[in-house]
Amino acid sequence: MPKEQIEEYLEAIYDIAGKDGKAKTTEIAQRLKNAPASVTEVLQRMSRNGLINYEPYQGVSLTKKGENIVTRIKRKHRLLEVFLEKFLHLPKEHIHDQACKMEHVIDDETEQALCKTLGMPTECPDGLPIPPCNVNVESCDKCSSEKISDKQQRKQKIISITSLKPGQKGKIVFIRGGRNVVQRLCDLGLTNGTEVSLLREAPLKGPIEICVRGCKIVIGRGVAEKIFMQTGET
Amino acid sequence: MQKPDITIALAGNANVGKSVIFNQLTGLGQIIGNWPGKTVEKAEGLLTHHGKKIKIIDLPGIYSLSTYSQEELISREYIAQGHPDVVVNVVDATALERNLFFTLQLIEMQVPMVLAINLVDIAKKKGITINYFRLSKIFGVPVVPTIATKGVGLHEIIDHAIEITKKEKKETQSKIRYGSEIEKRIEILEYELKQTDLKYPLRWTAIKLLEEDLEIINFVKQIAPKIIEKAHRFSKKIEELHKEPCSAVIASERYATASRIVAKIQTHKQPQKPSLGEKLDEVTMHKIWGYVFLFTLLLSILGFISLFGGWLTEVLHNLFEQFNPNLTGFWPNLAWNGAMVGFYASLSVALGFILPFYLIIGILEDSGYLPKVAYLMDRPCHAMGLHGKACMPLLVAFGCNVPACAGCRILETNRDRLIAIILSTLVPCSARTVVILGLVGAFIGIQYAIALYVFDFILIFLIGRLLNKILPGTSIGIIMEMPPYRTPTLNVVFKQAWVRFKPFLLTAIPLIILGSVIVEAMRLTNVLSIISDILSPITVTWLGLPAFTGFLFIFGVLRKEAALVLLTTIAGTAEITSIMTPLQMIIFALVIMIYIPCIATIAAMVRETGWKHALAITFFEIGLAILIGGVAFRILSSFF
Repeated sequence: MPKEQIEEYLEAIYDIAGKDGKAKTTEIAQRLKNAPASVTEVLQRMSRNGLINYEPYQGVSLTKKGENIVTRIKRKHRLLEVFLEKFLHLPKEHIHDQACKMEHVIDDETEQALCKTLGMPTECPDGLPIPPCNVNVESCDKCSSEKISDKQQRKQKIISITSLKPGQKGKIVFIRGGRNVVQRLCDLGLTNGTEVSLLREAPLKGPIEICVRGCKIVIGRGVAEKIFMQTGET
Repeated sequence: MQKPDITIALAGNANVGKSVIFNQLTGLGQIIGNWPGKTVEKAEGLLTHHGKKIKIIDLPGIYSLSTYSQEELISREYIAQGHPDVVVNVVDATALERNLFFTLQLIEMQVPMVLAINLVDIAKKKGITINYFRLSKIFGVPVVPTIATKGVGLHEIIDHAIEITKKEKKETQSKIRYGSEIEKRIEILEYELKQTDLKYPLRWTAIKLLEEDLEIINFVKQIAPKIIEKAHRFSKKIEELHKEPCSAVIASERYATASRIVAKIQTHKQPQKPSLGEKLDEVTMHKIWGYVFLFTLLLSILGFISLFGGWLTEVLHNLFEQFNPNLTGFWPNLAWNGAMVGFYASLSVALGFILPFYLIIGILEDSGYLPKVAYLMDRPCHAMGLHGKACMPLLVAFGCNVPACAGCRILETNRDRLIAIILSTLVPCSARTVVILGLVGAFIGIQYAIALYVFDFILIFLIGRLLNKILPGTSIGIIMEMPPYRTPTLNVVFKQAWVRFKPFLLTAIPLIILGSVIVEAMRLTNVLSIISDILSPITVTWLGLPAFTGFLFIFGVLRKEAALVLLTTIAGTAEITSIMTPLQMIIFALVIMIYIPCIATIAAMVRETGWKHALAITFFEIGLAILIGGVAFRILSSFF
């Protein structure tokens, strides 16, 4: 089942559920414009995955796991709405649909960058609350005063080798590209997990010179951009 | 060549000193230089050692047995199918980990081998010590430390190699063990391959099949197509487990093994201060100073050669003209104006322009500056659909276009190679430099000569852009090893220049003298004016040149520098100003610069690209030169 579909279902349940936290199958079907039979099938599957509690004829409710996912989506959705309205000045009637589509594709890093850029908003343009992020910080002020890469969540931050500063080191996480190019880089010692340091860059997006396993290698910008690193900053 | 008793192949990464060892052993003049990809063809030489005739093969540098560019394919094919008796794996002591990655592959192939650890003197300076004995134990092959430039350790290599050929082939060499998920599959494939009569080592073939090496797949397909299917399934399974291609997984494990071995046998004290080479890098690879340095260097080379060549021409002219008997009549004229002027003019061309040029190019090559230019110029090269590596053959083309054409093999795709070859035939080689500097530089002014160069560079750039548009495909980026600076050894530089200069002395000078005699004879018998008349619609009407230049253009196809010498013959004096105006000199040099690669370059193009391309390029350049020459004549005539 595609991630996007699951997220849409979870959102629908979240929006519909009243005080008792339950949503009826027919309501969900109406909202998502799907046939009740197929909705039931999806709900059963989601129940098996532990995202919702599904009791026939009683309606469904979110589990803790489902709720976690939906709050993160809502957070992204509402941050995006703020962004689309305040920064891009799109008409209000368009922003909801756009945000609905974008919310599924942006990653946590973008989400955090949005949050900081927008000045840590707490409400979306419709006045609904924006759920807090799950970064391990004490307050929003502390978040904005620190670099994103310094926070716990960012242990796995992955950047292109071209984003390193001269003199900086990193470990290769993965390399994208054609079979030949990847093979050649491997043969020259750029295998996954290898420590690499950036020595210098030529001007105007020219090639970079790196040091790997005690050897110096020059790599063109186009190829280098597809070599992804972990800088080890925690 | 006599039938050798033993054949030894030198193999290893680029730039570790294979060609130096080859030259030391055979006494031959294989061109050497400090840049990756300079050896593009295998070279052979013979050596007699304790009464045994030994054939030595020098192979192009190679990083892995999975091949990437054309010159690497030559090496791999020879190692895999040429069946040398012994492979001498030359490795760089200062970069053991990467070098042993290749050694491990040779061991997998079970070729009889000797490991030559070269550059141990430089490694020592860097604080690296290596336990050769232990390394030999680990691999189960003889290990010899060498300093190739000084000849240290080279005879031991040969001794060990002879020793190996005497032994019965035993499996003394160790194996690398991969992770169990790979090892299990290798064993299954190995077992199945055993049922076929394959001539390659089984384990190596099995590994290559898992790596999905296209050539091995095609080869095995003919014998046992079922095994291919199985290997493909296995390979996909490993890919699934590791989330990266199987060949990358295997490369990773090989590197891990190489790294473990290095940790066992090498100690490295990190030097505190950056080395002189690294300090030089700071300047020569700098964002701004790197370019300033490059252009200053090129300008000063041209300036120096122009001044030196002009001075020497005058000195030799004055020296020889003292002895001019000034006789009249057919035979005395033929002897003096033809043969003698031809002789001293070509001598001044050789000693004044070509030899210094070769020396300077040799110093540049040997120092390791060429790869730095590749780095600096990578971005501009992209505009021409090439990448920085193309700069290395293009710089070599300043010396001579012929090796440059072959040098283009370091580029990965046919398209890149074709573009680079076409552009390198437009680079003003030493012969064209003779005409530009010896004519325009000497008689009008160095600034006009430099203007011609600048125009040529712009032309090269524009044609590059055009070719990039016309030819389908895009260039993949540069991936190149950056060798450190090394102090050029005078011995090597002189030997190098001599290797390149000798054919000039032996073939070009006699040819030019002959040409000079012919021209003089034709001038005296008025045949020259007949040929010139035929070409005069182009030379006189369109290009505004004197009629006699027609013959020079034809003879220039053989040797471009001959055009200048023969001009002297026609003038009967080195004072060419008496027969040509400054404008005519510029147009003449311009057309010579562009019009056609010399016959040797055409031959090189035929070898690299085939008849069709070579002819098309030749005619294109003739047309281009005539067009530009005529247009330039019309534009410039209002200034002169």
